[in-house]
Amino acid sequence: MEQVPLEHILMLAAVLFSLGVLAVITKRHAVVVLMGIELIFNAANLNLVAFSRYDPVLLQGQMFSLFVIVVAAAEAAVALAVVLRVYQHFKTANLNQIGENSKS
Amino acid sequence: MLFYIFAALAVLSGAYMVLTRNLLYAGFSLLVTLLSLAGIYVLLFADFVAVLQLMVYVGGVLVLILFGIMLSSRVHDKSVLSESVNKGWGIIISLLIFIGLAYTITRASFSSLAWIRTGAYADVLGYQKSTVQSIGIKLMTDFVLPFEVASLLLLIALMGAAYIATDKQNV
Repeated sequence: MEQVPLEHILMLAAVLFSLGVLAVITKRHAVVVLMGIELIFNAANLNLVAFSRYDPVLLQGQMFSLFVIVVAAAEAAVALAVVLRVYQHFKTANLNQIGENSKS
Repeated sequence: MLFYIFAALAVLSGAYMVLTRNLLYAGFSLLVTLLSLAGIYVLLFADFVAVLQLMVYVGGVLVLILFGIMLSSRVHDKSVLSESVNKGWGIIISLLIFIGLAYTITRASFSSLAWIRTGAYADVLGYQKSTVQSIGIKLMTDFVLPFEVASLLLLIALMGAAYIATDKQNV
């Protein structure tokens, strides 16, 4: 079985990373911004796993990606709790409206 | 070949997540992206990471995100849609990031690195045909301090999320 070239995997990760950045910049709903951040985490994880294929004894990339997944899960839990509190306080999850409401 | 199918699925559903205005469609297309990334992890000989991706992301984080969508938007008055702003600047910045990354990837010759050249022909999985045992051994020897710190971090995140999300007026 021939192996996929490393450059193709890295290009896929680059595409996913820039899509995540696009979601973070353009979307105004707080939960969609969180989804973009998850996409960025996954692009970074893909790079780590792709390089870990060439390191079969130590498996450092896979170990690092495990800890990235753990931290991403903790981040998602806390961030969604914060979004729920913000929604209860401002009655909206739109980031622009939150900024305008908190000025007055 | 299978890799390119999964890659096309991941890119298409990621692009649909960015383009759609419906929050629930965005959540479900993120599901497709995460599933195809788990498939790619299997193809890259990372079976434990693939299973963890399925359990944590698809089973945990995505359900959490769907709960967040349901609890933070009023469905009956069409506010489940989210509008986009800064479209021009967003596209310009993400295109610049992608061009920079692609230029770096094409210019860097990874195959000339010594450890990648020797690792390209290595028997990745060895005689065990699985990475679970070696990852378990590494978690208890080389990576025991990050492992314990991660458990402490998860405890703190659990307590913090429960404390933040509690409705304090009704307690």
